[in-house]
This record gives sequence, C-alpha cells and structure tokens, in this order.
Amino acid sequence: MDDIQIKKSSTVYDAIVVGSGAGGGMAGYVLAHAGLKVLMLEAGPYFDPAKDSMQLKWPYESPRRGAGTTRYFGDFDAAYGGWEIDGEPYTTKDNTEFHWFRSRMMGGRTNHWGRISLRMGPDDFKGHHIDGLTDDWPISYEDVKPFYDKVDRMIGVYGTVEGLPNEPDGIFLPPPKPRLNELYIKKGAAKAGVKVIAGRGSVLTEALPGNKDRGACFFCGQCGRSCKVYGDFSSSSCLVIPAIKTGNLKLIPNAMVREVLTDNNGLATGVSYVSKDDMQEYQVKANIVILGASAGESARLLLNSKSAQHPNGLANSSGVVGHYIHDSTGSSAGGWIPELMDRKRYNEDGVGSVHIYGPWVYDNKKLNFPRGYHIEFGGGLHMPGYGFSGGIQNMNGVVPGRDGKMKEAGGFGASLKDDYRRFYGTGFGMAGRGTAIARYDNYCEIDPNVVDKWGIPVLRFHYKWSDYEINQAKHMQDTFQEIMHNMGGAIYGPPAGKETNYGLEAPGMIIHEVGTVRMGDDPKKSALNKYCQAHDCKNLFVVDAAPFVQQGDKNATWTILALSMRTAEYILSQRKKTNV
Amino acid sequence: MNRRDSLKALGIGTLSAGVLLEACKPKDNKLAEDNKGAAPTADEAGRQPFEIERDKKLNAEKFFTDHEMATITVLGDIIIPKDDRSGGASDAKVPDFIEFIVKDMPEHQTPMRGGLRWLDVQCLQRYGHTFVDASSSQQIEMVTEIAYPKKAKPGMEQGVSFFNRMRDLTASGFYTSKIGIQDLGYMGNAPGKWDGVPADVLKQYNIKDPWGNKWD
Ligand SMILES: Cc1cc2nc3c(=O)[nH]c(=O)nc-3n(C[C@H](O)[C@H](O)[C@H](O)COP(=O)(O)OP(=O)(O)OC[C@H]3O[C@@H](n4cnc5c(N)ncnc54)[C@H](O)[C@@H]3O)c2cc1C
Ligand code: SF4
Repeated sequence: MDDIQIKKSSTVYDAIVVGSGAGGGMAGYVLAHAGLKVLMLEAGPYFDPAKDSMQLKWPYESPRRGAGTTRYFGDFDAAYGGWEIDGEPYTTKDNTEFHWFRSRMMGGRTNHWGRISLRMGPDDFKGHHIDGLTDDWPISYEDVKPFYDKVDRMIGVYGTVEGLPNEPDGIFLPPPKPRLNELYIKKGAAKAGVKVIAGRGSVLTEALPGNKDRGACFFCGQCGRSCKVYGDFSSSSCLVIPAIKTGNLKLIPNAMVREVLTDNNGLATGVSYVSKDDMQEYQVKANIVILGASAGESARLLLNSKSAQHPNGLANSSGVVGHYIHDSTGSSAGGWIPELMDRKRYNEDGVGSVHIYGPWVYDNKKLNFPRGYHIEFGGGLHMPGYGFSGGIQNMNGVVPGRDGKMKEAGGFGASLKDDYRRFYGTGFGMAGRGTAIARYDNYCEIDPNVVDKWGIPVLRFHYKWSDYEINQAKHMQDTFQEIMHNMGGAIYGPPAGKETNYGLEAPGMIIHEVGTVRMGDDPKKSALNKYCQAHDCKNLFVVDAAPFVQQGDKNATWTILALSMRTAEYILSQRKKTNV
Repeated sequence: MNRRDSLKALGIGTLSAGVLLEACKPKDNKLAEDNKGAAPTADEAGRQPFEIERDKKLNAEKFFTDHEMATITVLGDIIIPKDDRSGGASDAKVPDFIEFIVKDMPEHQTPMRGGLRWLDVQCLQRYGHTFVDASSSQQIEMVTEIAYPKKAKPGMEQGVSFFNRMRDLTASGFYTSKIGIQDLGYMGNAPGKWDGVPADVLKQYNIKDPWGNKWD
C-alpha cells in the first residue's frame, strides 16, 4: 500500500466553508443556524479562548517577560502564526516589499485583532465621484447598512453616535472612558483642530442583550490574548463554537485546503485538502463552496484551482484575481508627558481596544492626497513587559529631578530606580491608518518556482506605494506633531522624514490586506458579483476581505462580517429558489 | 452574562471587588522568582508545541560563564539596588532573566559577552583586577565612566553602549518581576470596572470631566 492516499468521502454537504476567521466564521454561523449541513475546514488547530488564552498571566509567567520572540505581538498574544511560518513561505517580486501576517488557528486573526470595529461610509463604497481614482463598489452603504446593524446587535460594539458624514454610527454599547494620557491627547487634538471621538470596538462593555454565552468585559485590557469569558469578538468564541453547538456544522481542524474541485460544467463539487494530523490527502464534497481563507489565501486557492473549464484559475476568466490587493497605510508617533510624572496609581487597564479615535472629517480637495486616514491613540498605566522603560537615558536628562535640578542623562543606582517609578505611565502613542488606492498594478500571483511543505504553490507579491500614500503619511506626521505640540509640554521626537517615506509602513504591515478577488457588475472586470458569488462558477462564494473593491480608511473586519452575513443570507434565499 | 457572571465563569465570581483586587496583586501569584535556578517555563496551556520545545531547549543551555554571571549580578545591583521600598536586581533574579533572554534573543549575545570583557579589560588596566574583584569604590568609579552617555570621555563609547543595554535589560527583568511590579505600584491585571480616570486624579490635573472636554 502506498504511504500516501487520496481519501474521498461520499458525503455531500450543503456547503463547505474554507477558513474559520471573521469571514468563514460568519458564513458558517448563519448557514448552520439556518439548518444547512456545513463542513468547515481550518488549516490551524482548534482554539477556544476559554481554555487556550493567556489572559491574566503576569509578565514573570513568561520567561521572556512577554517579549515577542516567537509571537510578534508578545508572548501572551493569541496568534499562532505571524509574518513568517515555518514551511509556508511567500515571495516578492521586482524588489517590492510585502509582509503577510497569517494566523493558523480556529478563528484566524480574530483571536488577537485590535477589535477596532468601524463601518465603511457612503464615500468609501462609492468614491469615484471624489477624485475619479477608484472603481465604485457595485453596492452602496445603504445595501450593507442592515447587515452592519445586525452584526452590531449580534456581536456587540461600543461607540458614540456622532452623525458624521462618512463615519456611520452603529448600534452602540457604552464606550470606555479615556485614560489620563488619552485626556491629554484629546486636549492637544482639540487645540490642533483634530477631531477625536470615543473609540469603536467590539468589546462587551455591558452584557450583550439576549446573549447568555458571552460574559461582559471586566477590563483587563488584554483582548489581544483573546478573552476567556468571550467578552470581545473572536470568531472562535462568538461564531464557530456556537455554530458547532447547533449540530449542523462540522469543523475539521488542521486541514489545509489545496484547491477547489470542479466538474465538467465548471461548477464546484468540493475541495481537496491535506490533513496536518495524518498527512493524508482528502477530497470532500458539497453543493456550495465558500472561501473565507483570508484575502491572500482565497486568491491563492482560486489561482491554484486550474481545470479545463477554468484554465486561468477558478473564477478568473477576467484575470483580476490577485490584482488590486491593497493594505491600509500606517505611520505613527509617540512621546511622553512630564506633567504625568509621579502620577497616582490606579487600575487603568481599560479595554484591549481603542478608547479614543480620530475619524477623518477633512476635505481632500485642499490636500495633495486623495483619501483620508483615521488616528488610533493610546497611553496609560499599562502592565510592564519586556522593554520596560527602555532607553531611559533619553528621558531622564531632559527634565528636572525631584530637587528641581537637571540631572545627567543615564545613570544608575537609587536615583535611577526613582526615575523608573517617576516616568512610569507617562507615555502615549498615535497611529494613522489610511486609505490606500486599489491598483491593478499591485498584485499577488502564484510563484512558478516555489511550493510550501505540502507542495502547494505559494503566493508572490508585487506591491508599491504611490505618491498618494506617501503624501498622506507626511500629512499624518505633520498632524501628529501639531497634536503633540498642543498637549501641554509633551516631549517627542521630530516628524519621520522623507528618507523613511514619513514613517509609512511597508505594504502588508497594517494587516488590512483586501481586494484580491474583487466584486463588480462586469464579469470582464471583476471575479464576483455583488453577492460575492463567482461570475464564472455560481456555486462558489468568497466571504473574507478578497471581494473588497476599495477599502476606506476603516479597518476591514466589521465590513467582512457584514458582507459575509449578507452573502450567507443570499445563499439561503437562492436555495429557497433552488438557484444554487 | 453580566460582569459578575463572567467573573464567576473564571472561578472568581464569588469574591467582592475589593477582595479580587487583593487576590490579584502580584504577591498572591506563583512567582517566577521562586523557581530557583533555571528560568521559568510558561504554563503550557495554549502554547504551541514548538514553543514548549524551544523553551525547554533554551533552559537546558548555559550561555554565560560563572564569571560573567557574577559580573552581571554585581552590575545589576549597582543599576537597581535594594532600597527602603523594594529589593534589588538580584533579589528579583534579574541575572537569571538576562541569562535566558540572551539565549532567546541571540542578538544580545555578542554585545553582552564583548561588553563584559571590555569592562574587565578596562578594570584590569586601571586596577589590576577584573570588575568583580575590584573594590566597590573602584566598581562605582568604573561604572560612572560609562553610565552617563553625554559626559562620557572619548574612548568610553563602547562601554556606554554596553551599559545602556545592561541598564535596559536590568530594568526589563526587574520591573516585570513580582518585586518590580509591586515597586511600580501597577494595579491592573485585576478584574474590575473601568469607569474613567478617578475624580481625585481629574481634579489634580484640573480636568473638569472624565471625557476631557473641559479643563481649567
Ligand atoms: C494584530 C492584529 C490586529 C488587528 N486589528 C484589527 C482591528 O482592530 N480592526 C480590524 O477591523 N481588523 C484588525 N485586524 C485584521 C483582522 O484580523 C482581519 O481583518 C480579519 O481577521 C480577517 O478575517 P478573515 O476571515 O478574512 O481572515 P483570517 O482571520 O485570517 O482567517 C482566515 C482563516 O483561514 C484559514 N486558512 C487559510 N488558508 C487556508 C486553507 N488553504 N485551508 C484551510 N484554512 C485556511 C486560516 O488558518 C485562518 O484561520 C488585525 C489583525 C492583526 C493581526
Ligand atoms: S478587556 Fe474585557 S473583553 Fe478584553 S480580554 Fe479583558 S475582559 Fe475580555
């Protein structure tokens, strides 16, 4: 007998969902609750925050004191994965740069995301009229609004009703109040004329009406570790586990899908996968295949699913699959506030998402970049970790000591020890996240020469920023300087300059990559219709961030959830009409 | 589930908030520093097999020689000494942390090893002894030469870089230990209700409302 076999299952599921993150989780949840028999395939292990989270651990429970050696966002962070995964490479082309953060676990990257939960606005869906630069989505804010509303009610999000034109309000739980440092930021921003409002995040600052399975937040500030009482949104805790409980959804963890299988008519019949548990090859069948493997992975799956009917890859007769990939821009700054030295101690952990937020409310017509950005702020008496008060020699020589005299920078001994206490909790930071224009010339494709450890061809990225993004980053830096200047004696460095593209992070670094399998009305210019259904294959759907035509400055996840719910409901309505 | 229920789900629901705060202070938790010798391994729940393996392997290795460890210990206590509020770096097992972290982050290895040797050679030339064998006033004299980047004399730059690193690692190790966290007065990691900056603190900074919209 051969060591490796292809095991074919004869069961035909109503639907197969590939991936269990925001997109896959929501589709699986809706379909399983509607009674469909769903098979969910997830490349990573089972993950239940209630058992597997590192919540409430102290820094000394980590030998590296929380440093990010094996987990980029820190030793207690929930992500299984990161920028590089052993045996699962990706490449770049033409000396361009792209960084791809992947989590391989049930719930995907929603176990440790920042929980910043924003709706895209009317101008984000239909932005062509602003500057002629981008294609409009085939749907408008009004089409998505009912689903945003349902997601708000079902999952919970805090925020304040503001009535801003392109920053739609949701159905909000009360937001957490700002920390002391954040009050100083608000002061500086107000003086600088920069709008700052309460944050918007999917954390249950109060019990979620009608939900008995999730606990209310108890303010440990550790959402990134995932929440043991399900006080924040993770797809694992809020979607996949409840879906499994219906008895209608079967999850196979450690199942890495290779390709979508199609028949002679070009319709999807199921998928093939390699099991990481027994290293065997499997084929499973369903009437509908739904990809929620993340924008990058779903494009990779389609491009790897070539057949006589789909020679260019599945759903790719238009050739757009992989193209138009775009990640948010990002640039940041920070400093510290001497006035807060020797501050009184109290528990200021708050929630693990943003307490205050700066929406974009300005007119780009007067600026040298076409679309806006928002600002995420933070600072407070946080849990110390690796890197605590690093570089104190740059701080303790610039302010007077207790005796009112200037001190020599650096030092050691009792007086240094006193400085550590004095400076604790004085820091703050701010990060801009902006719209990057979706461009055909930025793309991912299959690298013809490289496979991963299961022999699956890998993605190769080609991504360049344009002057629009660089000018936007400069504006962020200038704005940060103005805010910090007005904060009342804050100490901070000069703005990031031209040589660093004004601190503009490399593509991918903000982890909002979207747009690789775009939707549209014209099958020649898009891969999916407005319900995220493939033009070329009507029983194939994509429910992650791949269908985005143009992302606003808003982080992607709330929109992924709303669109996935919309697609799942469309599937249900079409099944009633027996169209799929 | 409301907040009380969610605390119950964690097995701490029956306690009042005050008791909770008390219970969650560092002193009641099992301490890394209590595990004598090898650096602690994190509790394995939720950790990936490769991480558990890696920690085991690192803990089984020894990087610094006994002489280097002795030097690190003396330096650590010079940087963060015992005072009337808390113990010093060695009380918080900072040297063990530094031994672990240079294995975990190999980029520290050469600068640390080389810096320690640089220090010994300086001391041998000046005092005829290595750093640990020099008198404590000589040790302080030597450290003073490299602890103040702006006024350090030419020729001391490498010592300054080493000392900056040593100071940072000592602070990382100390303020993430139970002793250090207590010293700092960090009061979080304790379930509770965040209701904004306390009124007395707002008052202290002349802030009129918890949203920071009005200031004096
Ligand atoms: C640190 C961090 C902070 C973030 N903060 C925010 C934020 O504040 N707000 C926000 O909106 N967004 C944020 N994001 C982004 C957010 O996490 C993503 O937008 C979201 O998780 C995407 O959901 P998804 O379902 O498309 O993909 P993912 O969450 O990545 O899930 C995809 C799943 O599919 C699985 N998979 C992939 N390929 C295969 C295959 N071939 N076979 C089987 N399974 C497969 C993966 O293992 C994974 O579990 C953040 C991300 C990170 C990393
Ligand atoms: S801040 Fe709240 S929601 Fe986030 S992990 Fe802590 S308790 Fe859970």
